[in-house]
Amino acid sequence: MEPQRHLGTSPRRAAFGAGLAAVGPILVGVVPFGLVAGIAPVKAGFTALQTVAMSSIVFAGAAQLAMADLVGKGAPAWVVVITALVVNLRMMMYSASLAPHFRSLGARWKVLLSYLLTDQAFAVSIVHFNGARVTPHKHWYYLGGAVGLWGTWQGATVVGVMLGAGVPAGWHLDFAVPLMFLALLAKALKDRVTIPAAVAGGAVAVAAVGLPHHLGLIAGALVGVALGGGLDRLGTPFREPDPKEATPPPGKVPK
Amino acid sequence: MTTGNSITLWGVLVAAGIGTFLIRSSFIIVPERWGTPPWLERYLRHVPSAVLAALVAPAFFVVAGHPALAPANPRFWAGLAAAVVAWRTGSALGTMAVGMGALWALQWGFG
Repeated sequence: MEPQRHLGTSPRRAAFGAGLAAVGPILVGVVPFGLVAGIAPVKAGFTALQTVAMSSIVFAGAAQLAMADLVGKGAPAWVVVITALVVNLRMMMYSASLAPHFRSLGARWKVLLSYLLTDQAFAVSIVHFNGARVTPHKHWYYLGGAVGLWGTWQGATVVGVMLGAGVPAGWHLDFAVPLMFLALLAKALKDRVTIPAAVAGGAVAVAAVGLPHHLGLIAGALVGVALGGGLDRLGTPFREPDPKEATPPPGKVPK
Repeated sequence: MTTGNSITLWGVLVAAGIGTFLIRSSFIIVPERWGTPPWLERYLRHVPSAVLAALVAPAFFVVAGHPALAPANPRFWAGLAAAVVAWRTGSALGTMAVGMGALWALQWGFG
């Protein structure tokens, strides 16, 4: 364990600060995203209060924008809810990946850390946790990144609501959103295993863009996951050897 | 659902919020002894890539509601530049700066 360089800085606070510093560069891109999260719902008919509340009740930017879009087009309530949940389904994978690192924590920590889970908090934390010099206070590191994201998100949403229609359309602020997700997608594809799923998901989403209720997004996600999982079963050049799935001896029923 | 009906919209927000929390907490809160079935893991690992790609692709390949692979789409080129930066550097900041800069340059140059 490293000697503490700064007298008086507790290791927990240091871990929190490190997490916050790690998410810092990403927060610059979260700001325009949050502004759009404040602007789009109001345009679609949400009240200012509903728009601001959505950023803490749902606290998921891609889903919030999809919901705003659907409400603006008069979609039924259940479609809006289901779409939000499908868009957020990726967080289940984040939950599965982070769970081992939070296993020893109490229930209140787990609830708090779960609520704060986002693409960005996951991305900075999992890279650190899988690295060589991981802090013993992992949950504080994660908390630093996650709180930084949460605060920025709430602030940007409020500012977006206030700016409203004042932001010129020529700035194309909305383009910052897919750019930020593109950066996260590149990180997700680093190990190459999930590239087919991404290609299929993107292709289907584009081909089905004419469908109502963001069904193209849902269709793309389903096809991508099915293809990715299906290819893994068959064995592909992208697949890493998995010791758990070695051919069982005869007589043993495979799972 | 009409947006004038505020109660329904609040209901939607709360439902989406609760459902999303359940997704977020799904594995973190589940007791260790339950574990994850291998078949579920096999599909689950592809969810982030598939969903992120499905979210992102229409922004670069769709113009006016139709798939547009034609080179006349400035967002396609800006996205391509951003994708190269994302793949090479892994920097979120760089990706967004290059993407937005490229889009502005293309729009002002040809718009």
